[in-house]
Amino acid sequence: MTEEASNSEASPPPDSRGSRASRRQFLIGGAVAGAGAAAAFGLNAALGSSGTPSPSPSPTEAAAGTAVVGSQVSPFFGPHQAGVATPAQAHAVFIALDLREEVDREGLRRMMRILSDDAARLTQGEAALADSEPEMADPPANLTVTFGFGPGFVSRAGGTSPDWLGPLPPFAIDDLRPEMCDGDLLVQIGCDDPTTMAHAQRMLLKDARSFTTVRWVQPGFRYAAGSVPAGTTMRNLFGQVDGTVNPAPGTPEFDRVVWATQGWLAGGTGVVVRRIAMNLDTWDEVDRVGREASVGRTLATGAPLTGTLEHDEPDFAATTALGFPVIPDFSHMRRARGVDEAGGGQEIFRRGYNYDAVPGSEAVSESGLIFVSYQADVTAQFVPIQQRLADLDLLNTWTTPIGSAVFAIPPGASEGGYVGETLLET
Amino acid sequence: MYSTRRALIGAALLTVALSGCSGSNTQEDPSASAAEDSQDADISPTISVTDAWIKAADEGMTGGFGTITNPGDDVMLTGVSTPAATTTELHETVTNADGTMTMQEKEGGFEIAEGGTLTLEPGGDHLMLIGLTEPLLPGDEVTFTFTFADGQTVEATADVKDYSGANESYDPESDE
Repeated sequence: MTEEASNSEASPPPDSRGSRASRRQFLIGGAVAGAGAAAAFGLNAALGSSGTPSPSPSPTEAAAGTAVVGSQVSPFFGPHQAGVATPAQAHAVFIALDLREEVDREGLRRMMRILSDDAARLTQGEAALADSEPEMADPPANLTVTFGFGPGFVSRAGGTSPDWLGPLPPFAIDDLRPEMCDGDLLVQIGCDDPTTMAHAQRMLLKDARSFTTVRWVQPGFRYAAGSVPAGTTMRNLFGQVDGTVNPAPGTPEFDRVVWATQGWLAGGTGVVVRRIAMNLDTWDEVDRVGREASVGRTLATGAPLTGTLEHDEPDFAATTALGFPVIPDFSHMRRARGVDEAGGGQEIFRRGYNYDAVPGSEAVSESGLIFVSYQADVTAQFVPIQQRLADLDLLNTWTTPIGSAVFAIPPGASEGGYVGETLLET
Repeated sequence: MYSTRRALIGAALLTVALSGCSGSNTQEDPSASAAEDSQDADISPTISVTDAWIKAADEGMTGGFGTITNPGDDVMLTGVSTPAATTTELHETVTNADGTMTMQEKEGGFEIAEGGTLTLEPGGDHLMLIGLTEPLLPGDEVTFTFTFADGQTVEATADVKDYSGANESYDPESDE
């Protein structure tokens, strides 16, 4: 759970868990401790490597056998579901399920009780009830499970959907594939370890299968845990720093942007999941100047073209010697903010993932972005931004939305409760 | 850390009640009472049932599983009943001379030593629910009453789970 707790757990006599500890040291040592710990030195010596011990290992380094990432646990219970304000894990999978014909409100209640119990256990590194592979619940590695309800779920529950819950209005840029759209129940799983995540996915889908069928599954990834400093903005597969301007979890701004306040959704939010195909082949034809102009940011650091650091505030009024805007009128950043028209300034919280699927036929890649944003009101906050980008955004030249879904993320559960009870117990 | 987490989750899911015969029982948190001196005459440690679940089934027979922890003196689990089945038996799984596995009713019940745990799991000791009174659907909650030789009873609630294993069939007429 905490590093401290797992440290004390992870210093067994060498003969008891020696091989396991050694393997972890081998995997983690380089990233964390630079092979500085005495134990790691022993391993290096055994492997005949040339690793040199640092002169004075710190207490942290001395525990190099600890699974630094794997032992981290995200709480499941709380006023909000985990997986929204939680720092984005390295891996995520978004799964949309369709309810079976015969599932009624009581069936929904049974399903959400079971799925919530699975999530409560697995996220804490504990096997689920009736888990066929109980050892795979460990390491928890920041596992989170987040549930979202589509309009079909809410109506089956006899509840009232928020106005914005349903398919987004059509946009001219869309080329949507029905098999990548919509759904009754969203299961969003995030984890810093793909093995743990695969097990959680399997366990949850086994428990969902008597109530639902799988509609679509979208796995995605970011930087591996520990490979970049915490808080580093991700890069998408165009090589762009993606997601610089984002409300920070824990701030009043984040709370205002993200959390709903009304009815059964109070403490919850709305999520938009859009699959954006990115054409790397035509993107390859664009030089760096063109690439940077399309977004309005530099490729090197993500700084606005008028600044030097990633988080510098862009100067949309700045012009070149020839009188053109430094951040072009057609650039993604300028259009997203709506600086050139009335009604701009909407805010959303982005938490997307890259995807890199198996290419078909002659293609060498099928890549893109699972765009994910959370906002209290999808119609008021997300739709105006998307409309502006659909109307004009040079980035549209190389990107195509091929999937789209909106879900209501209900509030979190308290201990002993389950996700969805604000809708299903009223 | 492991057992604390389990206890927390167990407490959330299960309602465990003790109706003892000693007359001075105090409802105890299982993890706390486990640390108590069981010789203390004022406190009778509570047997707890955690992580209880049943394999979903439409009719006929099915298995029940879970963990029974006995912080007190040695006890003998002699019977189990549930409204979900006309008969519930205590079963063990034994290896035959030819290496095959057979499950059979456990004669006399299961002894759980002081401070011990009885794990009921697929392929091992388990509960056999015979003659389901109605379909057991995933997510249903089923109550059980565990009866011990000293007369005390413990009630627990089990979740019904969609489970593909635990396919051992049981025919009391042909287990010779």
